[in-house]
Amino acid sequence: MQIIEASPATAPRVSSASPAEEDWTEIIEPRVGLLDLGLKEVWRYRDLVLLFVRRDFVSTYKQTILGPIWFFIQPLLTTITYMVVFNGIANMSTGGVPPLAFYLSGVTIWNYFAQALTATSTVFTANAAIFGKVYFPRLTMPLSIVLSNLVRFGIQLGLFLLIWSYYLLTTDTLHPNLYLLLTPVLVVLMGLLALGLGMIFSALTTKYRDLAMLLAFGVQLLMYATPVIYPLAKLEALPEKFRWLILANPLNAIVETFRFGFLGSGSFSWAYLGYSALATAVILLVGTIIFNKVEKSFTDTV
Amino acid sequence: MSDVAIKVENLGKLYRLGEIGTGTLGSDLSRTWARLRGKEDPFAKIGETNDRTTKGSSDFVWSLKDVNFEVKQGEVLGIIGRNGAGKSTLLKVLSKVTAPTTGRVKVRGRIASLLEVGTGFHPELTGRENIFLNGAILGMTKEEIRRKFDEIVDFSGVERYIDTPVKRYSSGMYVRLAFAVAAFLEPEILIVDEVLAVGDAEFQKKCLGRMKDVSVNDGRTVLFVSHNMAAVKQLCTQGLVMRYGSTIFEGSALEAVNYYQNSSDTNSYFEHTGPLAEAPGNDNIRLLRFAVKPLRGELLTISSGLEFELTFFNQKAGINLDATFELRNLDEIPIFHHGALITTQNDSQQGTYTVKGHLPGYLLNAGIYQFKLIFGESQRHLLFSTDDVLQFEVLNESLGSNNSILPGILRPDIQYAVSFVDAVQV
Repeated sequence: MQIIEASPATAPRVSSASPAEEDWTEIIEPRVGLLDLGLKEVWRYRDLVLLFVRRDFVSTYKQTILGPIWFFIQPLLTTITYMVVFNGIANMSTGGVPPLAFYLSGVTIWNYFAQALTATSTVFTANAAIFGKVYFPRLTMPLSIVLSNLVRFGIQLGLFLLIWSYYLLTTDTLHPNLYLLLTPVLVVLMGLLALGLGMIFSALTTKYRDLAMLLAFGVQLLMYATPVIYPLAKLEALPEKFRWLILANPLNAIVETFRFGFLGSGSFSWAYLGYSALATAVILLVGTIIFNKVEKSFTDTV
Repeated sequence: MSDVAIKVENLGKLYRLGEIGTGTLGSDLSRTWARLRGKEDPFAKIGETNDRTTKGSSDFVWSLKDVNFEVKQGEVLGIIGRNGAGKSTLLKVLSKVTAPTTGRVKVRGRIASLLEVGTGFHPELTGRENIFLNGAILGMTKEEIRRKFDEIVDFSGVERYIDTPVKRYSSGMYVRLAFAVAAFLEPEILIVDEVLAVGDAEFQKKCLGRMKDVSVNDGRTVLFVSHNMAAVKQLCTQGLVMRYGSTIFEGSALEAVNYYQNSSDTNSYFEHTGPLAEAPGNDNIRLLRFAVKPLRGELLTISSGLEFELTFFNQKAGINLDATFELRNLDEIPIFHHGALITTQNDSQQGTYTVKGHLPGYLLNAGIYQFKLIFGESQRHLLFSTDDVLQFEVLNESLGSNNSILPGILRPDIQYAVSFVDAVQV
């Protein structure tokens, strides 16, 4: 058997010249500080995050005939359903925008959020077997999930842009504006929000499985509280005292701004978007803290 | 070399028994409340030591309690103990899979743990993809894996299938590939659970060989948990014996194995203390003591021979009493079923009897054996019979370069007479 040379990356970090008593690489303790998030460690494992993303893609469409085409079929079919049900049957207004572009814009950005949230929320329960056997920074898992959904979103955004440019060139119904440039910010906000909420849910589900049930239909209900299938302007139809319920939803401004930038229908308000950003920051912080607290001991309770 | 690689201080781990779920919200709240006021966890106090055979009154159990030890750099520490002694929990805490409840562990160097091979293998991915994924899970960077990729594939011997999804692999190929990835980890501290040593004999040998390589040639620190005393003796320099979540012995590997086998806690010794009526048995016979020990030396080995001694209380006076010893190996194959006549003249007395017997060396092969006892009257009526009262291990002894256990139930010391008969006529 051969002797393997120690690589520089793994060579002992302890300088043999001064083996001071407190010169430890690591100290394992019952509790760590609330804000000790170990982000440095996550960075060291960045290759793992990328490999997880890759695994998600490769494994999802193995042994399917259509393969990655499913990325397009899912939002298209959903959009067509909404067109038939909400626009066709229920006769709901899309604010003068072609229904296909209207619903597809909503579905594209909503799916990104919903799928990232649903997948992140089961991180602990779905990976209990791995987590119970080997240590790696647990944060890598939700991060990789949000990243792979980001890639998926990118592909679906391409589909949307295709249809969007078709309407832009052939009709006069779309009025894109400069707020379109906010899209990257919106995408990041949406991803972080999904990550934060997902981490809260995944951490709490380890002990209280009830939350998994709640989340399954909660995401669906949340969609109706977000202007995905209706324009925000339609809120006026709602009695004044219930309106805040929908306005409190931080997803609101994100979806509305996204649509406003591309389609020119709807509204934009820095105040609402600022509120969304603030809410995202708070949720992300709470999520990360809870996640970090639970990852230390979840193998005992899951 | 005197640098301390791992220092464990007052380590404790509290586990909750029973179902987790219903009713936890209430106790969670009172716990949080207690913590907020700076008081102790109201549930932790009533935790008990971890003896799985007795029924405790509390739902909480200390799976590890006040564990203290040090491992120096380059040492190979064998951790031994009965099932449930806290070995695996200790490994889990050291490998950061779960956090301790009390105490701390100080570590110098990067730790990699192999509690199971193939963790994170995805059945749909090919062997190549899984090598990268698994390597990254175990803490390697892509670059490191790429550098060692050829060696890993070589070691695994599944080169032909490297671009086939692992779900099409035979289980043997799967394990080989998984171990190959793990074998090329380069941490300063390696933690290995005995689950690694499953699989066929060749694979086990490869595992142990690689471990020895890692510790002897590369000078890395290794922690090894095992029930295989021969492997511990062979591989480890230091030994640690655990019981009920605490360390009860620290010393050289040989001393530790010795201690473990002679301590009353291994099953090779049974003694009942307490009221006679509670001793195992029935209204005819009560079992008081049964022990197996080597005839020569301190360890039970293939050459040491063994002596077994039974002490029991007989309640039936005036009968022909007999006691039968049945020895089985772990495959439940009876090695012998042999009776001792205690009384032959219908003159048994109420009271304590002792029976001693011995087996010569070079009879039993290395392995784990179980004793069963049957008490009878006039060799016809059953008075009392036990399930396996006693389990003991006969250790292998290396002969020259061959360390492996030879096949077979017996291990006789055969003297061969060889003579040259005739030269071949060409």
